[in-house]
Amino acid sequence: MIVAERKPFEEIKAMIESCKKVLIVGCGECVSVCMAGGEKEVQILASQLRLAFEEEGKKLEAGETTLERQCDKEYLEEIKDKVNDYDAVISMACGAGVQFLAEMYDSKLVYPALNTQFIGVAEREGEWSERCRACGDCVLADTGGICPVAICPKGLLNGPCGGTNDGKCELSKEKDCAWTLIYNRLDKLGKLDNIRKIFPAKKYSVQTTPGRRIHEAFKEKE
Amino acid sequence: MAKAFKEALESGKFVITAEVGPPKGVDIEEMKHHIELLKDKVDGLNVTDNQSSVMRISTLPVCQLIREAGGEPILQMTCRDKNRLALQSELLGAYILGITNVLSLTGDYVTVGDHVDAKPVFDLDSVLLLETIKGLEEGKDFAGNELTGEGRPTFCKGAIVTPEANPIEPQLLKFEKKIKAGAEFIQTQAIYDLDNFKKFMEYARQFEVKIMAGIVLLVSAGMAKYMNANVPGIFVPKDLIDEMASAEKGKALAKGIEIAGRMIKTLKDENICDGVHVMAIGKEGKVPDILAAAGLA
Repeated sequence: MIVAERKPFEEIKAMIESCKKVLIVGCGECVSVCMAGGEKEVQILASQLRLAFEEEGKKLEAGETTLERQCDKEYLEEIKDKVNDYDAVISMACGAGVQFLAEMYDSKLVYPALNTQFIGVAEREGEWSERCRACGDCVLADTGGICPVAICPKGLLNGPCGGTNDGKCELSKEKDCAWTLIYNRLDKLGKLDNIRKIFPAKKYSVQTTPGRRIHEAFKEKE
Repeated sequence: MAKAFKEALESGKFVITAEVGPPKGVDIEEMKHHIELLKDKVDGLNVTDNQSSVMRISTLPVCQLIREAGGEPILQMTCRDKNRLALQSELLGAYILGITNVLSLTGDYVTVGDHVDAKPVFDLDSVLLLETIKGLEEGKDFAGNELTGEGRPTFCKGAIVTPEANPIEPQLLKFEKKIKAGAEFIQTQAIYDLDNFKKFMEYARQFEVKIMAGIVLLVSAGMAKYMNANVPGIFVPKDLIDEMASAEKGKALAKGIEIAGRMIKTLKDENICDGVHVMAIGKEGKVPDILAAAGLA
């Protein structure tokens, strides 16, 4: 899933300082699961903003709604009639959702409430960790299902750097060294030969932004 | 004038290199003094590349200063700040200036340095950089395009290894890739435990590569303890820490020089490795004393 966290309250408040009516739009997918931008977080942000405005003697009407997801037009259309009643929209989706919403309602000010962080997994309740950098050129088949691009801060493809220590990363004793993990996993699987070869450099051409993919079945026939 | 480093390596003599750290700023008097002091006493002078991810003068002009002074520079190249285009153009640029010794390094991560918000590059790694150099020597750039015109660059290619790394196996796997990718010489991370190092050398001797032991000058017992606790891949044995601690007040540096000298002498006399790389971080002026203590000056 895409993992995000809410921006500091003061930053969000400053964005809408001059507004009287804002619509706060949550997203029911990834950011709901990682407790950053779902229905509950929409409620909390709305209450916090109302209170903060009230304390300053101002009035804020904060509308609340949470869509199935914000990365699909059909769901974004659900707020078509509401949006016009507001000065601005605060999207609590990932960066993709914010942009898609802003694109559909391009005469409305749309603000992001989250900082989108990474593609990751739920380690346990309330804790997520990064697992994929969407590099477009997956090497997991060779590395025992452990990604050196995402887990190693340097994204090294040919083994550990000299900073690795006791199986930990030079950046923090809290971080595992990706290459120690890979080595141990492949050793266990009897597949160390996988990483004796020199891996070629990443093809960054395949991840030139903005990425776009059209499913075969939907490509227009020439 | 210093002999070519490659020639020294191939001659079979015990090779000695030291290090020059470019400053952060344009006052290069002290650095020039160190170059002057060391250029005739060593076979090569490494020039560090934004060491510890701290922004400083770039390596190439400092290598050029060493050449102008009659010394033999070893260009350190990390993959942290440059992508494959920049690395290759720098290599070609180095070659036309006569700077042909290159040490390929991954580079520390950006956040350990003084520009924590900089974009880390790491387009290539130390193995792929060695392959890239080999490619240029064969007349092709990384993308497979032919280099134009007459002549091909040739380099003396080096890399590093950390013999005290824990665990060692992934480190050795990479070490072997570096040799496969064309490394001709290896400078090691600092070593202090000669028994451990001998074990490493027994393994390393199966490869056709020159190994130079990394010697970092100890300046106090505290420094040794600090490195043990904080610097990955460095292990100072207790007897050396005790020996440093036994030094009279004000004599710790002299003790460190004595220890470094003694280690170098043992490495040379017992023919344990092919040379040493002396790192007297911040005390470059003491390198001649270390070499004298080793009986090499």
